Amino acid sequence: MSYSMWIILTASLVGLSCGLIGVFLILRKQAMMADGISHTVLLGIVLAYMVTQEVSGPAMLIGGIFAGILTAFLVQTLSSLKVRHDASLGIVFTSLFAIGVILISTSVGNVHLDVKHALMGEITFIPFTTMDIPLIGSIPKATALLLLVLLVVIFFIVAFYKEWKITSFDAALAASLGIPVIFFHYLFMTLVSVTTVASFDAVGAILVVAMLITPAAAAYLWTDKLIVMLFLSGGFGVLSAIIGYWIATWLDTSISGSMALATGCIFFVTFLLSPKHGLISRLVRPAELREEQEA
Amino acid sequence: MLSNLLHINTVWVMASTMILGIAAGGIGCLAYWKRQNLMSDALSHAALPGVVVAFLIIQEKNLLLLVIGAALSALLGAFFIQWFTSASRITEDTAMGMTLSVFYGVGVMLLAIANRSPGGNQSGLNNFIYGQAAAMVRSDVITMVVLAAIVIFIIFIAFKEWKLFLFDPDFAKGIGLSIRGMNVLYTIVLVTTIVIGIQAVGVILMAAMLIIPSVSARYWTHSFKMMILLSSVIGGISGAFGTWVSSTGSGLPTGPFIVLTSAAIFAISLFFGKEHGIVIRYIQFKMQQRSSQLDQQVMTGRGGRSQ
Repeated sequence: MSYSMWIILTASLVGLSCGLIGVFLILRKQAMMADGISHTVLLGIVLAYMVTQEVSGPAMLIGGIFAGILTAFLVQTLSSLKVRHDASLGIVFTSLFAIGVILISTSVGNVHLDVKHALMGEITFIPFTTMDIPLIGSIPKATALLLLVLLVVIFFIVAFYKEWKITSFDAALAASLGIPVIFFHYLFMTLVSVTTVASFDAVGAILVVAMLITPAAAAYLWTDKLIVMLFLSGGFGVLSAIIGYWIATWLDTSISGSMALATGCIFFVTFLLSPKHGLISRLVRPAELREEQEA
Repeated sequence: MLSNLLHINTVWVMASTMILGIAAGGIGCLAYWKRQNLMSDALSHAALPGVVVAFLIIQEKNLLLLVIGAALSALLGAFFIQWFTSASRITEDTAMGMTLSVFYGVGVMLLAIANRSPGGNQSGLNNFIYGQAAAMVRSDVITMVVLAAIVIFIIFIAFKEWKLFLFDPDFAKGIGLSIRGMNVLYTIVLVTTIVIGIQAVGVILMAAMLIIPSVSARYWTHSFKMMILLSSVIGGISGAFGTWVSSTGSGLPTGPFIVLTSAAIFAISLFFGKEHGIVIRYIQFKMQQRSSQLDQQVMTGRGGRSQ
């Protein structure tokens, strides 16, 4: 397969897994949590590096998951101590990120790990580090990792589909039905962290946030059905990867930045044109119908 | 270490981060009561494309013009967030997350283009992302101090109006205060603070300078006036102390040390704060428990006598 195909494939995998996870992020009203976790994952990666002295896939994943769960736990703790939820997120993620940056600049100081690379991502170099997989041949390491993560994400969504649905839409009902809501909260945060870490190395933190939130938000304006929203969101993720790559080659600029822009464009078009919740349909809809819908 | 402290450049930078901390602490209280803590995070990310576009137009690094560019793009971001939340069923945190990531992505795109242009690579534009207060030159410091002083002035001169605006908007409207005007002023002051802070502490950590001091101050007082004062003091101390720590070693970043200083102050406030601190609450709980036990004993005692 050609060089650019690998890049598009890798980014599409990011778009798919982030799109699926993002649907639940939005429905659970925790979009900013994605922003927080995508930053604290840096601390996890640095710690994993300090322990193992190498930048390897499994160690990074474990470090990132640890950091993600730590973030979720600290935010939950501060909230239970009556600090406002958004304030606790702001305090926790900036502090953990600050610790990560200081560790990088002091003890680690290593070429493999610099903040800039981590935040902007270098998807351009993905096809150069490959590994051999029997039956398929050599594929880039990051792509293989993302494929694995996508399978894990799909497995958990399908296996607990009903539980996700109920805990996301009506946590009180879920609790009364005996579904362990807290357990599902942490399981979900673990999935967010896994997706973030795996995508992190490939595309950088900012594109992860864009891919997690924006396609799902666009899908949210198209449909009221969860299953449709999942498919749409994943599809939008893949579409933005392709459009973004095209923009990047056209303007000769950052690939992840362009993909983030593409997610934004898709959302904006949706925002204007969506048949049910779009701006234009709101304007042209007859007044009595509008009242009826809003009532 | 002392000689380091006396170094003239360090003093300059410390003074500027201190004033920045004071301004951010004050405006952070307004954001706290408007329940827009994470708005600062979204707006600081949204400022990036403006910085780069301003640089591409003027082709040199003039802090004032870059700040204006940053402010315009952050205001555009604020407008989008407002628009998405009011015109569709998108919630505010989703709108913030989208705006910050897409604007930032555009900023990174433009930065790649700017770095290709002659002299773009040496312009220190990257400092806007991660923040490097030590890299500021004297004219930058002056620009920053003047703008921060204006922000501080606006917060304190219109103190009564802010209070009405935040806590009793209906009454404020009744006495002829324009809520819309106050909202615009609030957004402008917030954006100004964010964009002047970006160069010192970076896009990501700017949010911490606005959020942490105000939340910490909340643990010590119930009065809005004291909260603003205290929050400004905490911000100022964190700014100065963090800069000093980062100046003691070579290559230490400024922003993270400022953030960790204020995080430490927050931790102290969380435990020992006069109002609702963990220790105080525990003591109150124990006292309550004891007094109710005493009551119980008295009651059962009485009950015994009557029989």
